[in-house]
Amino acid sequence: MSQELLYWQALNRAMDHEMAADDSVFTLGEDVGLYGGSYRVTEGLYAKYGEWRVRDTPISENGFTGLGVGAALVGMRPVVEIMTINFMLLALDSIVNGAAKIPLMSGGRLKVPLVVRVPGGIARQLAAQHAQRLEHTLMNVPGLRIAVPSTPQDAYWQLRQAIASDDPIILLEHELLYFTKGPVDFAAEAPPMHRAIVRRQGRDVTIVSYSRHAVLAQDAASELAKEGIEAAVIDLRSLKPVDWDTCAASVEKTHRLLVVEEDCRFAGAGAEISAALTERCFYSLDAPVQRLAGLDIPTPYNGALEAASIPQIADIVAAARQLCQAASESKAA
Amino acid sequence: MERETLHRMLRDMLLCRAFEERAAEEYSKGNIVGFLHLYPGEEAVAAGVINAAGPSDYIVSNYREHGHALVRGTPAREVMAELFGKATGMSRGMGGSMHMFDPERRFMGGYAIVGQTCPIAVGIAYAVAMRGLPEVVICFLGDGAVNQGTFHESLNMASLWRLPVLFVCENNHYAIGTEIHRHSAVPEVFKRVAAYNIPAEKIDGMDVLKVHEATKHALERIRRGGGPQFIECETYRYRGHSMADPGTYRPAVELKAYQSWDPIAAAIRDVEFKYPTPEELAEVGSDNVKLFVDHLIDGEHLAAADVEEMKQDVQKIVDDAVQFALQSAKPTMDSAMDYLNHAHRHEVLM
Ligand SMILES: Cc1ncc(C[n+]2csc(CCOP(=O)(O)OP(=O)(O)O)c2C)c(N)n1
Ligand SMILES: [Mg+2]
Repeated sequence: MSQELLYWQALNRAMDHEMAADDSVFTLGEDVGLYGGSYRVTEGLYAKYGEWRVRDTPISENGFTGLGVGAALVGMRPVVEIMTINFMLLALDSIVNGAAKIPLMSGGRLKVPLVVRVPGGIARQLAAQHAQRLEHTLMNVPGLRIAVPSTPQDAYWQLRQAIASDDPIILLEHELLYFTKGPVDFAAEAPPMHRAIVRRQGRDVTIVSYSRHAVLAQDAASELAKEGIEAAVIDLRSLKPVDWDTCAASVEKTHRLLVVEEDCRFAGAGAEISAALTERCFYSLDAPVQRLAGLDIPTPYNGALEAASIPQIADIVAAARQLCQAASESKAA
Repeated sequence: MERETLHRMLRDMLLCRAFEERAAEEYSKGNIVGFLHLYPGEEAVAAGVINAAGPSDYIVSNYREHGHALVRGTPAREVMAELFGKATGMSRGMGGSMHMFDPERRFMGGYAIVGQTCPIAVGIAYAVAMRGLPEVVICFLGDGAVNQGTFHESLNMASLWRLPVLFVCENNHYAIGTEIHRHSAVPEVFKRVAAYNIPAEKIDGMDVLKVHEATKHALERIRRGGGPQFIECETYRYRGHSMADPGTYRPAVELKAYQSWDPIAAAIRDVEFKYPTPEELAEVGSDNVKLFVDHLIDGEHLAAADVEEMKQDVQKIVDDAVQFALQSAKPTMDSAMDYLNHAHRHEVLM
């Protein structure tokens, strides 16, 4: 039986269920305890589980993330919350040089069952130091896994799966998704953590996206349908590993691919996605793969400029339309 | 102190010295490659500290950690084979000199990011505290690490939550080529630690007995619930920072002064039966004499012949370790991938 929950509530329930089931699960971060979490994800957990399992930390990102790594080495299942991804830059040493490398460096003698939860993305006029993405950086780190839930149901599933896994996993949560609503079924069987989901079937073009832009892509597909363009929308749900099979199956049907991301275009997440799918699907493609991405610019404060710096629904519609036209024109010629 | 502990510490120090000198030789031969940071001069710290720890205590160390692993009990064969990059090494040839792991002995790693040992040790201690176990985490760090943010962040958290960590600063006065007076506004490390409400003391890191004693007491305080403790061991490395460093920035007289204060020679004097001649006493200087006399009063004895035997003994261990490393198989890329992915072997990813 499913119930309507907000994205943050789904994450909150996932935390609660995992903490109730396993004593070795604990969470730590700035203001996660008494205050209840910047995006309410840990609300109520401090009262229920106490300060040792819901630990308010000093503002020491590298230090407390490293603490999580150390605890994970001896069998705990820490869930580190970094207040926002902007501050994760300070914790990258613990994540990249620590969590991601220890399993290999130790010759497989140690595991790092660590989850790092991070709100991020472009929200509403938070300006350059509070509005950015780091998926490109994290994707380039061997040893990490990255989940990017776009719905409350996925948020619930993927956080639970991440906690249960013995690998270091980053959960990228989008700040504009926390207050979006959707059905969550606690009992339903979850798809594997890194499987992509085809949110909408289509015959003319495949739109591959993730996180908040996977939601925008679905809205764009509804617009396109009014023009008679049937766009398939794939929500990757994971950026490492990427479910190439699901993407390729769709591209082989639609012969056109549009990759939509919020990440900056240059060497962003979309660069890898389009390169890999071009290699794999080249002979099925009727047109060059197109990327729609954020501009290569620190996010401006001004609202209009901020909006112009990342793809909007209208941009996705226009790009898909153009891709379909270009392909049919070149076919005709 | 028990005679047995005394002997074990001397033997550990001799093993570390012989192992490291041989590692330097094997490096010149090309059997060991990459960065190699050697430990001669600092052996009293590893021997004194780790011999005071219990088997269920954890050790977290940095990249100058061969000695720590050897004292902890990792067979010399596995340490040497790791330096040789072989599949039989303690990290299966994946970590090398700076990344040695032996979780079975609770040796939780060598880390090459200066300061990184601190948060990792604090994290292990957090887990220990949560479980209410009587274990302690021993965290080694250099004098250079004291200037890292992670050091201060970790001291703060350890103190705030009264975590069972013993921080041991191996103050060898240098961060590579930068002498402590040029890298720290307050060169007395223990004073900086005091700001975090952590009991900190400075001890003579060339004297294994003092190191051992201080560690024992610090561990007792931690186990009694006294929270984290800090020991600054003043010591010296006889070689350069790594094999790539000839160490020319240090005045020759400084090196000589510390060599005359060799912790191994001091430890041998501590356990030797023979009374020195007045000339010998004059030569080693007054501190050593005091050390020696104090110790004789304690009534611990060891014949010079025993020391010789010990030296031959550790040399055999080191020779055997090199043979073992030479003959061991190389690791494969398949095994590397398996180590990388071993934690999710049974998970369906997609
Ligand atoms: C974060 C970081 N910065 C720089 C280095 C390069 N480096 C390696 S060892 C070292 C000096 C460290 O000195 P200290 O902490 O005193 O340890 P010691 O080598 O003297 O034992 C430096 C700068 C590093 N490994 N990590
Ligand atoms: Mg130093």
